[in-house]
Amino acid sequence: MTSVPVFNSAVSGRAGSARGKSARGGRRFGRASRRAALNLLGLLVALFALFPVLWMVSTAFKPATEIYSLTPHPIPLHPTLANFRAVFSGSVIGISYWNFLKNSLFITIVAVVASSFIGLLAAIALGRFKFRFRTTYLIMLLIVQLLPQQALVVSLFIDFRKLNLLDSLVGLILVYTAFALPVTIWMLRNFAATVPRELEEAAAIDGAGAWTRFWRILLPLVSPGLVATSVFAFIFAYNEFVFALTFLGTDTAKFTLPLYVEYFYGQNSTNWGAIMASSTLFTIPVLAFFLFTQRRLASGLVAGAVKG
Amino acid sequence: MVTSSHSRPGTPSPAGSTSPPSEPDGPRTGRSVSATSDLSFRQRVGIWIRKHGAGPYLLLLPATAVIGALILWPAVQVGLFSFQNYGLMQISGVLPSQWIGFSNYSQILHDPEFWQSLKTSVYFALVVVPLTMIVGTLVGQLLARLGPKMRTFVSVSALLAWATPAVSASVIFVWLVDPDGGVVDWALAKLPSWLGGGAHWATFSWTNATLPAYSVLTVMLVWTGFPFIAVTVLAGLRTLPSELLEAARVDGAGPWRTFWKVTFPILRPVFLVLALLSTIWDFGMFTQAYIVTGNLGNRDEYNLGLYEYSQAFTQPPHYGLASAAAFVLTIILLIVTVGYVRAAIKQGSLA
Repeated sequence: MTSVPVFNSAVSGRAGSARGKSARGGRRFGRASRRAALNLLGLLVALFALFPVLWMVSTAFKPATEIYSLTPHPIPLHPTLANFRAVFSGSVIGISYWNFLKNSLFITIVAVVASSFIGLLAAIALGRFKFRFRTTYLIMLLIVQLLPQQALVVSLFIDFRKLNLLDSLVGLILVYTAFALPVTIWMLRNFAATVPRELEEAAAIDGAGAWTRFWRILLPLVSPGLVATSVFAFIFAYNEFVFALTFLGTDTAKFTLPLYVEYFYGQNSTNWGAIMASSTLFTIPVLAFFLFTQRRLASGLVAGAVKG
Repeated sequence: MVTSSHSRPGTPSPAGSTSPPSEPDGPRTGRSVSATSDLSFRQRVGIWIRKHGAGPYLLLLPATAVIGALILWPAVQVGLFSFQNYGLMQISGVLPSQWIGFSNYSQILHDPEFWQSLKTSVYFALVVVPLTMIVGTLVGQLLARLGPKMRTFVSVSALLAWATPAVSASVIFVWLVDPDGGVVDWALAKLPSWLGGGAHWATFSWTNATLPAYSVLTVMLVWTGFPFIAVTVLAGLRTLPSELLEAARVDGAGPWRTFWKVTFPILRPVFLVLALLSTIWDFGMFTQAYIVTGNLGNRDEYNLGLYEYSQAFTQPPHYGLASAAAFVLTIILLIVTVGYVRAAIKQGSLA
């Protein structure tokens, strides 16, 4: 905190020399200007990070004449909802945005609930029991996360074709549940391990069965972790592209949102207003969700990661 | 690291603490069941589970079934398919698949497109991983020096870039660099010529050749990747004892020396993990490359992921060849991982 910033040698140089001298005014000036320079740098970083998303939203509200004007403006001069209307009415590819939102939410919510439940069971086993294959199982969970998805998609495609799970939302739910599981288990096991045994034993003495102990003691205490892992699983399933692209080949009506945005872009590669409107309607909910949950996410992450 | 750190030996676990879990305990179970024949079926099942220490295994059963069927078995299958002539005739059941030894591998290794795509992937990772690490570390250092409000604002803004879905990011960046109306070409055309700007940029197409397309992908993946690194580095910096940094400053060490002599050695394990994750993400990049280079349309712009995918999912499909390529991709990632793990062990940061 006290050392000189690495970024701007001019600023740090000035601050350093001011600190060396005893002139109070110069010192105060050096500190203030150092702070101002750091804040300016911070604003530049924030602008770099936000610019693409802001540009997407701004383009979505622009009429075609402004989108293709010779001098692009950051803020639409004549904002319009025409692009969004085209996306909602489905006038471009024949199917409305709502259909794809419904598909995505259905798949994502079922997959998140399934992976949270199955993951919690496994996390209890790994966090609260001692058994022979525990370490092996944990190593397996790590290795599984290294397998690239576009490698597994080939054999999953062949299997799903045999099982009639292509062009089916059920197939995607299965895959998303499975691929969310390793991270979910890995993070939840720490939460399961930290629930004090004394609590459970006390409840058992008071006559609570295994089921009551699970619902009344374990579940409330692991719920912060469950929130964090659910958010991760949600963002993963909602954003996933490779499996959706491969399994939902022909039936446009079954597309999920990311596949829809990509297809929409492929079908009207010059209608940027509508493309950005579809992309906005896909992106903003997930960013809002992330903003809304990021505090809990951070605490869940820290609790899950620190006790390795 | 992954050994049992939670279940202390002294504490009794709800099941299986009295007898080792895998020890068959037949006679005793028989006796207990007969002795408790007045109990309900549920209670008897509970007793059986406890006697045999089957609790953890039962709890693991659903997860194991799902992971096994949908991740592990497909991974094994990729290995099997890579030794078969699995194509259109085989998937439609017209012809049975045959074992053909290593010929898929030799076909791939003799394919100039494979080497081209491998080169693209390697160069891309060699550029993007260090760049993301540098930008992320600098921003992390910056965040550590900001006031609390500004720090929250900048880190949350940055994390929004990280949380932006890959599909959206790709479509947005294609629009930013669009030759008709894209803001990047407009800005480059406005730049003075001594900064490399000029009118020739006005209609420059970024996605039709490998180098420009991968330049766009480089900026995009740095944009996506740096926030995670910055926030992790910030968290690491906050664990550093401030006396150390103070001491370095008093001894006259500049920021450069302080970073390499104090901060970096202490945070080395964090940097190793971040570099490993970045390498896995950037080397295996698929979605962004798929969209920016034009849906498998430009064969000379493939990276290894696109090459592998196109073997299976462009007509005619060659699932065997794709599996061999997928196997090569996986092996490379495993080698990279083992390399990082060995480096971590050598420096004692995994102990």
